[in-house]
Amino acid sequence: MGKIKLTSVDFAGTKEQEAELRKMLKELKGTDGALMPALQKAQGIYGYLPIEVQKIVSEELGVPLEKIFGVVTFYTQFLLNPNGKYDISVCLGTACYVKGAGDVIEKIQNRLDISPGDCTSDLKFSLNATRCIGCCGLAPVMTINGEVFGKVKADEVDAILDKFKD
Amino acid sequence: MKKTISDINKIKEDLKLPMSIRKGARVVNETIGSEKFMRTVLVCGSTGCASSHSVKIYEKFKQLVHDNKMDDQINIVKTGCFGRCASGPIVMVYPEGSFYSQIKPEYVEEIFNEHLVKGNRVDKYLHHEQRDNPEIKNLYDVSFYKKQKKIALRNCGVIDPENIDEYIALDGYQALIKCLTRLKPQEVIDIVKESGLRGRGGGGFPTGNKWQFAKNAEGKIKYVCCNADEGDPGAFMDRSILEGDPNSVIEAMTIAGYAVGSNQGYVYIRAEYPVAIQRLQTAIAQARDYGLLGSNILGSGFDFDIDLRYGAGAFVCGEETALMTSIEGNRGEPRPRPPFPAIKGLFGKPTLLNNVETYANIPEIINRGSEWFSKMGTEKSKGTKVFALCGKTNDTGLVEIPMGTTLREIVEEIGGGIPNGRKFKAAQTGGPSGGCIPAQLIDTPIDYDNLIQIGSMMGSGGLIVMDEDNCMVDIAKFFLEFTVEESCGKCTPCRVGTKRLLEMLTKITEGRGTLEDLDKMEELCYYIKNNSLCGLGQTAPNPVISTLRYFRSEYEAHVVDKKCPAGVCKKLVTYRITDRCIGCSLCSRNCPVNAITGKIKERFTIDTSKCIKCGACMSACKFKAIVKE
Repeated sequence: MGKIKLTSVDFAGTKEQEAELRKMLKELKGTDGALMPALQKAQGIYGYLPIEVQKIVSEELGVPLEKIFGVVTFYTQFLLNPNGKYDISVCLGTACYVKGAGDVIEKIQNRLDISPGDCTSDLKFSLNATRCIGCCGLAPVMTINGEVFGKVKADEVDAILDKFKD
Repeated sequence: MKKTISDINKIKEDLKLPMSIRKGARVVNETIGSEKFMRTVLVCGSTGCASSHSVKIYEKFKQLVHDNKMDDQINIVKTGCFGRCASGPIVMVYPEGSFYSQIKPEYVEEIFNEHLVKGNRVDKYLHHEQRDNPEIKNLYDVSFYKKQKKIALRNCGVIDPENIDEYIALDGYQALIKCLTRLKPQEVIDIVKESGLRGRGGGGFPTGNKWQFAKNAEGKIKYVCCNADEGDPGAFMDRSILEGDPNSVIEAMTIAGYAVGSNQGYVYIRAEYPVAIQRLQTAIAQARDYGLLGSNILGSGFDFDIDLRYGAGAFVCGEETALMTSIEGNRGEPRPRPPFPAIKGLFGKPTLLNNVETYANIPEIINRGSEWFSKMGTEKSKGTKVFALCGKTNDTGLVEIPMGTTLREIVEEIGGGIPNGRKFKAAQTGGPSGGCIPAQLIDTPIDYDNLIQIGSMMGSGGLIVMDEDNCMVDIAKFFLEFTVEESCGKCTPCRVGTKRLLEMLTKITEGRGTLEDLDKMEELCYYIKNNSLCGLGQTAPNPVISTLRYFRSEYEAHVVDKKCPAGVCKKLVTYRITDRCIGCSLCSRNCPVNAITGKIKERFTIDTSKCIKCGACMSACKFKAIVKE
């Protein structure tokens, strides 16, 4: 279950979100086993559980932060790092790699200014490198929210990402 | 509004006829004509069919009925799973029992105009079995359903799960009424004990005994929990029951609460099951509204309510102590037993925990009696079991069969055999905790004890059929990858042991294994089995032990001959172009690494040192000239 990676996205929670979170936590405080529902609802508000949010949960519920961090990192559903609105995966399997997937991912990294595993600060794009997704005939392959783009060339990256503007 | 017992019985009477038609009862047409609804259309709204637009199909039917002002003649119902997921989305039209399969939203208008308005069945969209054989009048006559016996799934694909009245119409809440008015708690437990029902979630512990332990436990506060954290890859019966018949679980938990002396229930359900969660929430709200949950249920003085708790994606939380630790708000790590949950469970109180399918059997057992139930099945395994049949069979989906049905009947009759003329090689049951049943044991009657004896287990009911193209070493490796990922890390035998086991398997699939490794691997398997803290670790080596037991020669081929007989393990496979090649160069143009060269109209060759074994050439070749060996 190893996925302890603190986020590189600056925390951008609003006052409204914090007010909503604190209100929800006050309602939950005192019920048996409040922590799991609290974290699930907190993730519903922010989309992920950065350390700043965990601190608020800790404060309101009176549960030590280290315990909360332990719970958050145990379950795969809880995210320390946000997913972008558009989740990009670039296949780095052998076939894709020899056909230039390395150039493709580098181009995306440069354009979005993030490394694999990260998300842009406007929460629009997240980037992942994946193992072979089994369509080597289309190498190099990338997917955006499940939509497959095959035989991608590095200089086509801009045009593809431009399709996902809003 | 709160209902009395006679209100409940009236709801049942009023809906009796239209509901019995859906169960396949033949009713003379004149009778139907006098009923409120002439025709009922059932559209599967379960996750499988919904992913291929069944909700759109449902809405389109609704719209057409509404636009044509036929609301009082045609009833459109969104149901739970019919079990036949490979043929989805499924639409059933009653009273005829016409079974339309693989329906697209575009077909709806035609079915509406021809069948629902004019009464002419649209044969081209019918399931082929019904179209080709006029003898088949009803869905339940087709071979997929013939050998099945639906108890836990009795209402799935029959009722609208978001309408409690339809559940009531088919004897719903009658078992609860019977318990509250005519049976003492101990009598309820005796019925469950005598039925011989065993836990459907994995281990097969006698359910009645579990209830007795929880009843006998000292304490004012007790809890009744439902394990709906279905995590086996490939198993989805619990999801289907909750999506198709949530009230059966609510009723059963309430009965359990009455029997063991608990007033509070929890359902621990995977957050990944949004449809099931929503249907369960709806059903709980309706049950509360009718006074079937809450305080003073049906005027009996008994209080019981149910809350939902959501899992957060950890397989180990299907283990009972881990599940309770997770509800309490901790990392979902298991703890040693004893104390058993019946003595010291959730929040330190006596707790009864059963799985969804186990609960779904309870109302029928109470209604029809323990003898009715215990007549089905084998000596020590009573009733039925739901399996998620998948892999290499012509038909796949959810099947509920009496215990003691043979694997051959499931594969050949219900599943319709293996596609493409291939041969049956093995079936895997019990998911990552189970093992393989080889072809020579295909006639074994399936029950708890037989499965254990041949080195597998019932588990939650995944049933994956494999043919000659599946590599058994690769299957073992697949399940080990899963357990390594899901091991919670608390105890060393499981955390480290499974990891080492996976490394050995990887070594073998890459052709670097030795015969000595096989012996070492076997030794490690038994070490992990005997020393792990919870069920996850204790059963994790099963896929390896059972494949070693029945398919040792396949392992030996990997380590001695450095060959994968099934042609699955990439590192051990070579691609070769045979003399069927006409030299069209298509393969060469498709090769991502330029490993194929040759002259047009002559046989091409593959440079094996460059080949990355992606298979692109083989799928591109139109002349079947490329072989994998």
